[in-house]
Amino acid sequence: MSSERIQRVIELCRSVEERGVDPFSVDVDDIIATLQKYFHEWESPEELALDAEAVQYLASVIQNQGDWVKHRSTSLYTDPFLLEEKIKRLDKEELAALFMKAWNPIIEQEQLTINSLAEAMKYWNELAPIDERWQKFGSMQVEAGATTREELVRLKILAETTFLEELETFWKELQQKVGEDEKILYWDFVGGDTYQETLNRAYMTSFLVTYGYATLELVPLEEEVFIVPFKEVRSELAEARTVSVPISVSHEEWTNWKENRQ
Amino acid sequence: MTRKAYYARKIKRAAQLLFYKRHRTPGVKGWELKNKLGSDYPKILKVLDDHLEKLDLQVKTVFEGEAPAGEPTLDELNKARFYVTVRGGFPSKDTKMMGWRIDDIAGLATAISYIISKKGKAPRDEVEDLLRSKLPGWRVEMNMSRYIRSGYLGEDEHGMLYLDWRTRAEVDQKELVDLLLGTES
Repeated sequence: MSSERIQRVIELCRSVEERGVDPFSVDVDDIIATLQKYFHEWESPEELALDAEAVQYLASVIQNQGDWVKHRSTSLYTDPFLLEEKIKRLDKEELAALFMKAWNPIIEQEQLTINSLAEAMKYWNELAPIDERWQKFGSMQVEAGATTREELVRLKILAETTFLEELETFWKELQQKVGEDEKILYWDFVGGDTYQETLNRAYMTSFLVTYGYATLELVPLEEEVFIVPFKEVRSELAEARTVSVPISVSHEEWTNWKENRQ
Repeated sequence: MTRKAYYARKIKRAAQLLFYKRHRTPGVKGWELKNKLGSDYPKILKVLDDHLEKLDLQVKTVFEGEAPAGEPTLDELNKARFYVTVRGGFPSKDTKMMGWRIDDIAGLATAISYIISKKGKAPRDEVEDLLRSKLPGWRVEMNMSRYIRSGYLGEDEHGMLYLDWRTRAEVDQKELVDLLLGTES
């Protein structure tokens, strides 16, 4: 019941922001008293979030009230009812005549230049005929039939292994490479025989870290980055607020790594 | 090059930039003028404005957000948009030549002044109801689309209408409200 009341408060405050309702139609003191009254009853995170949302909307109402007062103090402020009344009483001709006195239309000119004409001619001459651009393909009727997983893999509609399977295989490879040492230099794990392979391995490694299969250990003084695999997946890390670590995997760095390895 | 010749060349260039539409919407940003005319472009625009006054035209500056209370800073000018507009309004008999019917202008005046009175934002259905008191229903929808398309009014995702770039450039809002309030009813 009390959460329904808070929902109604939120709706009222939202209507001020979204529908331009007079912000002074919201009794801020009364709403604060209501929120205080129910606050000790809230237990679940959802209820507390609702309370916080109500406070946030209430703050925006107060800001709107401030803006309203500021606007009233400007020379542009007019009582909307008075203005509406004036508009209703004036006929179309009078309204238009008044508007013309305050209306200063923009003077603008659209033009072609020799340069734009030349560019347009060049484009036109190079443009392939519409028949060539919109090739007509005859439709082919085929009978519906059944297919197999292997066929879908062959057509590259399905991957041979799911991404998660691939990630777990990669994780096992990391664990094997690390062995007793507990950690391995980033480039020693990511580096491959070709640059393409290195990029693929760096891509997979980023998912290992993001999904809680491993973590990165940074040694700023020596400018070294290690990968530390976990023995078990720590899924809580995937949901926790994390920090992004940008690591450049450029072709130059790969070449340097390869030369050093040899 | 003499100082006079320098300014004459810059003023010609400024006139070309402001008169000829170069983007989808008319007008030129301050930073564009700075790039093309140099950092003393406010001075060049002032001289151009003096020339245009003889033709009852003016260089209009529309600032991002509210206009500064005092003298604008160079940063505010760089972010502002500049247009050439009519200086002193039109006699109403000229409206037909501009492709506007008297109904269209009356509707636009109504919508703009109502939105001003509502602190710059009003629900579209309220504005349409007000227009229906003067115009046939079928014209209201059509006119409203025209005002939005031309940039006089904008509509947000909650169906609220606000004054868009063209109104800010072309309409002296205070003058309009004063004129309306000054009428005898």
